[in-house]
Amino acid sequence: MSSTVTNAEPRRFHLDHEPHLPEGDSTMLGFWIYLMSDCLIFAVLFAVYAVLGQGFAGGPGPKELFELPLVALNTAMLLLSSITYGFAMLEMAQKRQSQMIRWLIITGLFGAAFLTIELYEFYHLIHEGATPGSSAFLSSFFTLVGTHGLHVTFGIIWLITLLVQVTRTGLTPSNMRRLMCLSLFWHFLDVIWIGVFTFVYLMGMI
Amino acid sequence: MTTPVSDPATSFLFGRLTLESLPLHEPILVATFAMVALGGITLVAALTYFRLWGYLWSQWFTSVDHKKIGIMYMILGVIMLLRGFADAIMMRLQQAMAFNGSEGYLPAHHYDQVFTAHGVIMIFFVAMPMVTGLMNYVVPLQIGARDVSFPFLNNFSFWMTAGGAIIVMMSLFIGEFAMTGWLAMPPLSGAEANPGVGVDYYIWGLQVAGVGTTLSGINLLVTIIKMRAPGMTMMRMPIFTWTSLCTNVLIVASFPVLTAVMVLLTLDRYIGTHFFTNDMGGNPMMYTNLIWIWGHPEVYILILPAFGIFSEVTSAFSGKRLFGYTSMVYATVCITILSYLVWLHHFFTMGSGASVNSFFGITTMIISIPTGAKLFNWLFTMYRGRIRFDLPMMWTIAFMITFTVGGMTGVLLAVPPADFVLHNSLFLIAHFHNVIIGGVLFGLFAGMNYWFPKAFGFKLDEFWGKISFWFWVAGYWFAFTPLYVLGLMGVTRRMRVFDDPSLQIWFLIAAFGAGLVAIGIAAFLIQIAVSVRDRKKNRDVTGDPWQGRTLEWATSSPPPDYNFAFTPVVYDIDAWHDMKTHGYERPLSGYEAIHMPKNTGAGVIIAGLSVALGFALIWYIWWLAVVSFVGILAVAIGHTFNTKRDFYIPVETVIDSEAKRTKLIESGA
Repeated sequence: MSSTVTNAEPRRFHLDHEPHLPEGDSTMLGFWIYLMSDCLIFAVLFAVYAVLGQGFAGGPGPKELFELPLVALNTAMLLLSSITYGFAMLEMAQKRQSQMIRWLIITGLFGAAFLTIELYEFYHLIHEGATPGSSAFLSSFFTLVGTHGLHVTFGIIWLITLLVQVTRTGLTPSNMRRLMCLSLFWHFLDVIWIGVFTFVYLMGMI
Repeated sequence: MTTPVSDPATSFLFGRLTLESLPLHEPILVATFAMVALGGITLVAALTYFRLWGYLWSQWFTSVDHKKIGIMYMILGVIMLLRGFADAIMMRLQQAMAFNGSEGYLPAHHYDQVFTAHGVIMIFFVAMPMVTGLMNYVVPLQIGARDVSFPFLNNFSFWMTAGGAIIVMMSLFIGEFAMTGWLAMPPLSGAEANPGVGVDYYIWGLQVAGVGTTLSGINLLVTIIKMRAPGMTMMRMPIFTWTSLCTNVLIVASFPVLTAVMVLLTLDRYIGTHFFTNDMGGNPMMYTNLIWIWGHPEVYILILPAFGIFSEVTSAFSGKRLFGYTSMVYATVCITILSYLVWLHHFFTMGSGASVNSFFGITTMIISIPTGAKLFNWLFTMYRGRIRFDLPMMWTIAFMITFTVGGMTGVLLAVPPADFVLHNSLFLIAHFHNVIIGGVLFGLFAGMNYWFPKAFGFKLDEFWGKISFWFWVAGYWFAFTPLYVLGLMGVTRRMRVFDDPSLQIWFLIAAFGAGLVAIGIAAFLIQIAVSVRDRKKNRDVTGDPWQGRTLEWATSSPPPDYNFAFTPVVYDIDAWHDMKTHGYERPLSGYEAIHMPKNTGAGVIIAGLSVALGFALIWYIWWLAVVSFVGILAVAIGHTFNTKRDFYIPVETVIDSEAKRTKLIESGA
């Protein structure tokens, strides 16, 4: 033991000055991991739909219930909202606050349109008697699509909150970080929706 | 299809809650309530009399300090251990009595709640908080950080876990708890078989706590990845930090599954969907699969940190570097991955067919290889070491012996044909208590005895610690060996009365064992009390009472708010040992102000509102549900407008507390 002490070159065992980590250094990684955990919730709902999606219980199936043109319109709303969110982020990078806010408002409106169409679809289905309690297929359909819709709803609430914060305090580093997080969240929901559209609606029509 | 929503007994103001919901006709519960109420009133009175509310609120409840949050997790775990153990001893008593025509003393309605509550509480509100508490306390210190990555989230996570515990505890006196077993399998837990509030208490208790667990998993994961001291590469991390990393990966990658499956069960019960019903296309096996896809990783979430504790303890008390550090890391990672490939072994008997069963039987057996490698690593660490038999080391050795037996019965159960005989028998009960008590619990006791002086500045009392140790270990063997025997004879779990009088002797021995464990728990509480009384005598002035090897021993005991006056730089595994052998001198000047996060009450408030929301949903009090949900949103959004989240500890304070430490070290020298 003592030999190691004498042979050892002197080592500096501490930093003399505080390292200055940028504020919120870990936030993006943390948010990514959160998104992956959220992705698992959707994975479970997709798996449930895959297993129970044929359980019609003598009731109607996808072919009788789904209206593809309406869903296509809906998908377009959400995809467009992702593009406009991207434009908003480009404006943010240029520090053009008012242009960014404009694109974010457009994004929110597209999101709201998506939700409105989805609610109309749900209302229509329930009106026809195809309720979440009608069959395991409809239970898993409403839950998968509804969970996605709930996420979009929270995304819009979040978007409004951030708009208020940006208007109050401007493009501060913390506001920009939050906008980046919401951006990840928003695109993530887009990716999930592409899965829903393909797996539930398109494949349901085959 | 009638759903409970249309229950005519639902009033606007109180939902389904009526005076009959209070279990006034059950004398055991009334007496318990009287005792809890008396204890509670005394506690509240004492806190008020000594004017401690303000102190508790500003220094503890709202604290974002990972050390204080860790301690609060441990306190929660110990309190819930008492509740969970009370359930255990009630079961042992009932089963020891209910022979020769006797019905015992617990009606079926009550007994079923007791065994469900015992399982739920021990896993979710004893083992989880204590494991999380130790990780919270130790990991930032071991990696040389000032706090976790998201300090507010940490506080919030703790209060959500505590909120879940409160919801489960409420069921004791308001309404009832689930009578379904700890995993609430449908269709038994569905609205038709169990229309009461018991399963709803189960669901909302787990959901509220689950939010906390998931967020705390994300938090610690990011902390370990991003906040390590300079020089601490992944392969220089202490083993406890490694096992914590893997555990938190498991938490993040499995708790969402629990959340989702609980949501589906909720929908089945509340709005009449058909995920897990027997009719209308539903499939109860879907629940069984999903819950075990969470449930199997969950047992590794509990045991991996315990493995980490044993690694730290073995190395410190053998005075040697851990044998096979690299193989230990890889074994841990292997177990992490394999833990996702074995869930089906929990239901071999449920008709998956021979090939599927074989696959899961083999993957299960494979897990014993990395686990065995770990055991040999510990043994070789001890080999030719200068072993000191302090309490943490005693618990570690007890673990090695006990856990090995549990591991072997586990491999036996992994053989599908054997499992067909032993499934749902007391053999299984004996097996998992063997690994959870012999592994997780012994690990927690080793960890508590090991890190207690770091957290409080004085060692735990040896004498009472040894009493607790011997009663626990002997009690474990007395309580569960009979269950192995009974299980081999074919006795199934969760039985309330027995016909065959020849079995009684085994249940009497098991009850005796539970009595020994009760003494072990009492001795543990006395150990803490005596240690607090004798704290001057057992004081740790050096900050390094065990000749530790990792960074948490480099700072004072207890550590200052900022953990380290200067950020340490790491050159080797066992960084603190490396510093000591290189003649490291603690710097006495050149201090700087330190940037720290600020306390906030938002976490407590949101968790409190979540408890209200859970309670409202359990009892169908819709107005309260809406109010508390809107409240949660409002407080959460309001919190994002709070920009005053950090402050600097002034350099004078740092100088002051470091000077105190210098004086303390000199007083011991």
